[in-house]
Amino acid sequence: MWDHEIRSMASSHAIVAASVFMATVVPAVLVPGFSVYGTHLLWLYSVSAAVTGVSVAVSWLLGLTPPTKKHTLGYKLSRLFRSCLYFFLSCLFFHVVLVLYGAPLIESAVETFSLAVLLTSLTSLRCLCVLGPNVQAWIRVFSRHGAMSIWDTCLQITVACTLVGAWLGAFPIPLDWDRPWQVWPVSCSLGAMIGYLTGLVVAPAWIHYHRKQLTYKSK
Amino acid sequence: MNLFFMKLMKGLPLLSLLLWMCAVYFVGIYLFVGGFLLVRLEVNRTSTCRDALQPGEEPGDFCRGRPRFRRAVLLIIDALKMDFARFDPNNTTPRPYENKLPVLEETVSAKPSHSRLYPFRADPPTTTMQRIKGFTTGSLPTFVDVGNNFASSAILEDNLIHQLGQVGKRVVFMGDDTWENLFPKKFYRSLPFPSFNVKDLHTVDNGILQHLYTTMVGDEWDVLVAHFLGVDHCGHRFGPDHPAMADKLTQMDGVIRSVINRLQNDTLLVVMGDHGMTDTGDHGGESQKETDAAIFIYSPSPMFPGPPSQGEPDVVPQTDLVPTLALLLGTPIPYSSVGQVLLPLFPPHGQKQAAAGSLSQQEALWINAKQVNRFLETYSSMAKDIPPESLAQLKDQFSRVSSEYLSTVAEGRSPSSELTASLRAYLTSVRDTCRVTWARFNPFKMAAGLCILMFACLMCFFLSELSLVLLRESGMAPVVVALAAGVFTAGGQLLAQGYVEVAWCLASAALSTEVLFLWKAHRSRTAVAKNGSNAPKWASLLTPSYLLTPPLLVPLLRCASLLSDSYVIAEGRVVTFLVLSLALYVPIHLNWDGLLLPPSHDPLKAAGLLPSSALSPSVVRKESSTLLACLGVLVGSLYLSLSFHGCREEQGSCQPSPFLSPLSRLQNSQMKNLHYILSVFSLGLWTSLLRRCLRHYGNLNSSGATVFAARWILPLLSVCLGLHWAVSATPEDSFRNLAELISLAQLALPRAAFCLLGLGLFLIWLDPLTVFMKARASASARGSSLPPPRYRASTGISPQAELRHLIPQIYQQMRRSLDDGELSGGNEVDNRPAVEAYGLGTVYSAPLLLFCGLLGLGLLLLHPEGMALSFLLLLLEMGALLHIHASSTNLSSLHGAPPGGFNVPWTPVVLWSLAATQFFHATGHLPTFPSIQWGAAFVGFPDGHTGTILPASLVTLNTFASQILFAVACPLLLFWPLVCEVRGSRSGRACGDEGEDAVMEIRLRESPQQFSSALLQLSARYLFIQGAQVFASVCAAAILRRHLMVWKVFAPKLMFEASAFLVSSVSLLIGVTLVLRVDVAVSRWFKRLVPDASR
Repeated sequence: MWDHEIRSMASSHAIVAASVFMATVVPAVLVPGFSVYGTHLLWLYSVSAAVTGVSVAVSWLLGLTPPTKKHTLGYKLSRLFRSCLYFFLSCLFFHVVLVLYGAPLIESAVETFSLAVLLTSLTSLRCLCVLGPNVQAWIRVFSRHGAMSIWDTCLQITVACTLVGAWLGAFPIPLDWDRPWQVWPVSCSLGAMIGYLTGLVVAPAWIHYHRKQLTYKSK
Repeated sequence: MNLFFMKLMKGLPLLSLLLWMCAVYFVGIYLFVGGFLLVRLEVNRTSTCRDALQPGEEPGDFCRGRPRFRRAVLLIIDALKMDFARFDPNNTTPRPYENKLPVLEETVSAKPSHSRLYPFRADPPTTTMQRIKGFTTGSLPTFVDVGNNFASSAILEDNLIHQLGQVGKRVVFMGDDTWENLFPKKFYRSLPFPSFNVKDLHTVDNGILQHLYTTMVGDEWDVLVAHFLGVDHCGHRFGPDHPAMADKLTQMDGVIRSVINRLQNDTLLVVMGDHGMTDTGDHGGESQKETDAAIFIYSPSPMFPGPPSQGEPDVVPQTDLVPTLALLLGTPIPYSSVGQVLLPLFPPHGQKQAAAGSLSQQEALWINAKQVNRFLETYSSMAKDIPPESLAQLKDQFSRVSSEYLSTVAEGRSPSSELTASLRAYLTSVRDTCRVTWARFNPFKMAAGLCILMFACLMCFFLSELSLVLLRESGMAPVVVALAAGVFTAGGQLLAQGYVEVAWCLASAALSTEVLFLWKAHRSRTAVAKNGSNAPKWASLLTPSYLLTPPLLVPLLRCASLLSDSYVIAEGRVVTFLVLSLALYVPIHLNWDGLLLPPSHDPLKAAGLLPSSALSPSVVRKESSTLLACLGVLVGSLYLSLSFHGCREEQGSCQPSPFLSPLSRLQNSQMKNLHYILSVFSLGLWTSLLRRCLRHYGNLNSSGATVFAARWILPLLSVCLGLHWAVSATPEDSFRNLAELISLAQLALPRAAFCLLGLGLFLIWLDPLTVFMKARASASARGSSLPPPRYRASTGISPQAELRHLIPQIYQQMRRSLDDGELSGGNEVDNRPAVEAYGLGTVYSAPLLLFCGLLGLGLLLLHPEGMALSFLLLLLEMGALLHIHASSTNLSSLHGAPPGGFNVPWTPVVLWSLAATQFFHATGHLPTFPSIQWGAAFVGFPDGHTGTILPASLVTLNTFASQILFAVACPLLLFWPLVCEVRGSRSGRACGDEGEDAVMEIRLRESPQQFSSALLQLSARYLFIQGAQVFASVCAAAILRRHLMVWKVFAPKLMFEASAFLVSSVSLLIGVTLVLRVDVAVSRWFKRLVPDASR
């Protein structure tokens, strides 16, 4: 039914995944001493930046962003400003949630905030791209009948996978194995990243498989 | 009166089902613990030089003559396996652990009359602490040695170190710091090094080597104990088959060589391992690889007649070291030693050689036998765990041997080798008897316990899913079957063995009743399915899609976490993490179902395509915001509760909460005041929150006993508490002239609080009703506007139906007058004075709430003052959980979700039971023995106790305070959605056209059957979650019984989890009984109210 859209979704996901891969490999070549565990924060920032840039570009190219009612420059600017504000607020929100889940409050605040930035760029940013700066719509998307298009369904799947991945990533932290990836926040960010990549793969596949059952209400 | 009995009869099946369920769990726990935890009684007597070993004999068996050695060096190489000590010259390609200690073999073959190498067999549990206890006391330590002190690990039993000190030997110790904890202040000089970090191979060994040789050369010692840990840590870290082990063993080889070179002629050298290790380097269990260590004995002066002969032992049991060393060094044998002297180290009778005056083999054996017999007599008079028939046999054997020996000595003959053999046979059989009694896991009992617990969990699960059906047809059959099976087993045992073992009778009773129950459940399910009602299908109950929903996944994760020592160590944070996850799941799930936001934007509903319920966006929004606000409170209290945790010793960089230390220990007076003010503030908040809640629902108006308790006893109790804290925080040296008053207050205030608590709880039990009735003849203005009472139309159906219709009426009037702020008002109904009943809506929950509030204050009294804050958080979290549950129920019902009776879904029950564990940690408790707050036993009894029951119960109340509170308050989960119900949500279905009235808890009386089934379901679910945790920790202990941490982490965790289950099931029963008591009282009240209704 939406073969064309599914195909474009799969290719856009491939691009995003490739950008994640490049964001890991390129600094490893360019920056001496770069490693995912050793200079974890650097990796976090490079991946976040890559995902942010590529997602925004892809969604702009595909025209995913909901059409604006007004076309004035001022409105667009305020929309941009609100998007940035939402991005920052979402970082703060994730930071608070991480602290509540038991992240150290003061000692590794930078690490925690970096993880929050990563989570934001993997989840909230997609919401921003697909739904625009509208929290009501964000909340409504995450309900059984809330998806209005296959992009919304895709959003549900990737966000859920990312968050579950980050949640599962916390599990190895208390174990006494003394591995470098057990250090806060390495396991959580790796979990989130793996979850996100899984979501990127699973979403088009799932939609393709269930395309007969999926029905969307008109917008 | 028959109504009363009817009510009582209605409650009985419920209570008996729960009681039976708990009993089955208890049997499972009892069986497993009986097979797993070996218990032995410590005999707190010490031997002295002047002891007469047999009554009527001359004292002076010990310390007689000149000791064989003046000094001794004890080198303990932790986990020195026999394989490590052997040397095989033909082995050309030795593995890393083979042939690395050539010094032992070289010495034995070069100087056969100076040295021996034996396998040295330890007794399980093969953990270092138990082993040190074993080869210093000569006894068979078990995991739980019931002694006087649970708090510290110091050995109180008579032991070699103590005896050496008594005869004036200077004992110098260096190495593993476990010794320092076991023998505090017993050493002349002590150089302990931290043993905790298993990854550290060298700290302890290098520390010893720095001091060992200098100490040996000096003259400041008589007995030198050095405990090396490197080999053991290397095994744990790398396993024996690793180059690091070769390095470590080679280092040990060098150490032994240097020590041998520095020995003097009057010195004995013993090199030994305390236990072995498996191929993976672990130990703790009872396999031969773990028990077989090596012992090497050497003396610079010859002490053996020649090379090893035929009569020498193949294996030396570890206990034998104690009497041997004691007699060689000239000290008394420790009182509870059951070892036998190592004969080759003593000269045979007649060949006294150079060592004149020292004991011969037979003399040593005779002293040894008398000492063991004395211990056996003392022990059997104290404890009854040695079977009487084997005890009689041993006594008989001893009397025969002793008469034989005495006659031989009297005749001046030299003792024959048969006599030696029979003395040794006696000693061996005593040790074997003791070992059977104390030092063996019982795998059959463990398996039976596991089996019973597993079935009990299954039963709880099915009971919770099929509560309505099973409650209806419960009978006496399970009890009868259980009794029959128990008696049958007892009879069988009597016939086969001649005596009855209670554990197995209980096991067969429990198993048979479980099987019967499961069969009955299956049958009734099929019967229900045939009738066509929508009972849950078994198939759907056990599919992964049902079991893996988050509410059941979270307890599953929790149970899985009990199988890992790291998670048990971090349990407090793990549970908090899980509670938070599940709590966040609630709004996400509601949103996923589209219930969180008002669906006004939904075009389908707006067009009327979906059935529109009586919901308005504002109501939904209000409920959602209540839910989110409560979630905020919950999350906040979860986060704050993390700051009240204590610290385990395994957690390296951890600071225990500052609130855990009592105020009197705080030095800074400003901090002290701040803490005191904070505590009193939270105490006041606790009291006022409870009172506000009760007043809000109109429960403080009547003049009953419960209201009296709420009005007077609750505040009085908190005042008592505050004063008690103030008094106990006063420094002892200030207010000298008031010292007497202060000590009096320290005694009287807590006792007064205990009395008030008892009085309050008793009053609630006596008269739990908090309903205030107003009966007036005059009609109020609003009364006329009421629709005609409906129940009149139903006259003639049945008295019950009439009663049922009357109840909403009563309630409706009361609620109206409350809403309008009219405290007075009345109504004419059917020419009888109409009634207004205040607090009828919360008639069930109010007494329960008050009960918990009073109990919470009582439990707070047993805690350090700072914990008041934590208790306040507990109350807030309870309230938040209840409101979240109520709001989510309301939201579902507002959106027209199918009504599930009064059933409480899994999510709140799981949250509730996990919160109990969370606050166990957040009140400063930990599942370890050193962290038990013993101070609780002295609250109100500053001078100690005479008995043990009272302090034990006080400490239990303190330890499991959170479990008690949550279990007693568990029925509130059933009531709260009714208390908070949104008007118009349910009444549309319940009362026909008078749709605007909330009926709250009185709705429960409309369908008593559903009420009791929901109560049963709730309790069964709670018991299931708790029982599953017990089952998981039992599994952990059974599976990981060879684990390094089993006696440090898993076994204490099992004991705490099992006791927590015991305490919470009893508390749950108390809570349910209280609810049933209220039910009976409400029935009476209605009967009084409508005297002709039952006619």
